[in-house]
Amino acid sequence: MKFAVLVFPGSNCDIDCYKAVEDTIGQSVDYVWHTATDLSAYDAILVPGGFSYGDYLRCGAIARFAPVMNEVVKAAEQGKFILGICNGFQILTEAGLLPGALRRNSGMKFICAQTQLEVVNHTSAFTSEYNAGEIIDIPIAHGEGNYYCDEETLAQLKTNNQIVFRYAGDTNPNGSIENIAGICNERGNVVGMMPHPERAVDEILGSADGKRMFTSILNAWREQHGAAVNG
Amino acid sequence: MKAKVYVTIKQNVLDPQGSAVQGALHSMGFDEVGKVRIGKFLELNLSTSDRTEAEARLTAMCEKLLANTVIEDYRFELEG
Repeated sequence: MKFAVLVFPGSNCDIDCYKAVEDTIGQSVDYVWHTATDLSAYDAILVPGGFSYGDYLRCGAIARFAPVMNEVVKAAEQGKFILGICNGFQILTEAGLLPGALRRNSGMKFICAQTQLEVVNHTSAFTSEYNAGEIIDIPIAHGEGNYYCDEETLAQLKTNNQIVFRYAGDTNPNGSIENIAGICNERGNVVGMMPHPERAVDEILGSADGKRMFTSILNAWREQHGAAVNG
Repeated sequence: MKAKVYVTIKQNVLDPQGSAVQGALHSMGFDEVGKVRIGKFLELNLSTSDRTEAEARLTAMCEKLLANTVIEDYRFELEG
C-alpha cells in the first residue's frame, strides 16, 4: 500500500504523518509537494496539520486551490482513502470534500492538550480497529477547531453515520457543534478530524491510541485488494 | 477601479472574537453595546472600468475564495 503525505508551505505535521505510517504499519510513504499534478501512484492521501499558507485569509482557504488539490478531489472520487488532520481537515472542508466549516475556538485560545474522544463510527475504513463507543486518548493542537454546520447538514451527518469522533463526555475543548471532533463523507473514504492520531502512535508520546487508525486503513485496503496478509 | 470587500461571520453563527470584544466593552462600562461582529476588510484595485463586469468578477472572487459562504456573508462597494 502506498501513502502520500501532502506538503504545503506551512505544513508542520507532515513528518509526524510520514513517521506514523513508517513506524506503525511499515508501508511505502512519500512526501508530495503542493504543486504535484499526479497522485495516481497512491492508495491513501494524508493531508497533514500545520498552517498552510500561514492560514492567511482563512485556515485552508488558499491551500484548497493548490494544484495538488485537483488530484485529491479525483482520488476521492475514485474511492481512495483520504485523511485530513487538523489543518488538513480545514482544507478538506474548504475544498468541499467534507461538509461544514471550522471556526475560531469558542474560548479564543489555541489549545494544545490530550483529549478523550468517543469513537462514534467504528465501521469506517479508518476506525474498524476500534470498538463502538470506545474512549480513546488523542491530542489536539488548534486555535480554529470549532466545527460548524447547519441543521440540515447535521441531520444528514447523523442519518448517514458520518460523525466519526466526538469529544467524550463534557470535554468539548472548542465549542464544536454536538461535540464533533471528526467526520467522514457519505461514501466513507474521506475523513477529517481536528485531533492528531499521528501524534499518538506510541506510549512514549503519551498514548498509542492513534495507531489503530493506521492499521484500520491498511486492513481496509487489503480487504479491498485481496492483498496477501504480509506485505 | 477600487473595490472594498467586507466579510463577516453570518448572524446565526457564533463569532467568538465578537463576543470577546463585546464582553470587554461591557466590562469597561460601555453597556449600550449589543452584539459585536468582527469581520475582514479587503481593498482590491481592479484594472477595469466596466462596473457590471467588475461586480460579476467580485461576486465570483467572494464566492470562491474571499468568503466561506458556509459561515460567512460578504458585501462589496465599488469606487471610481
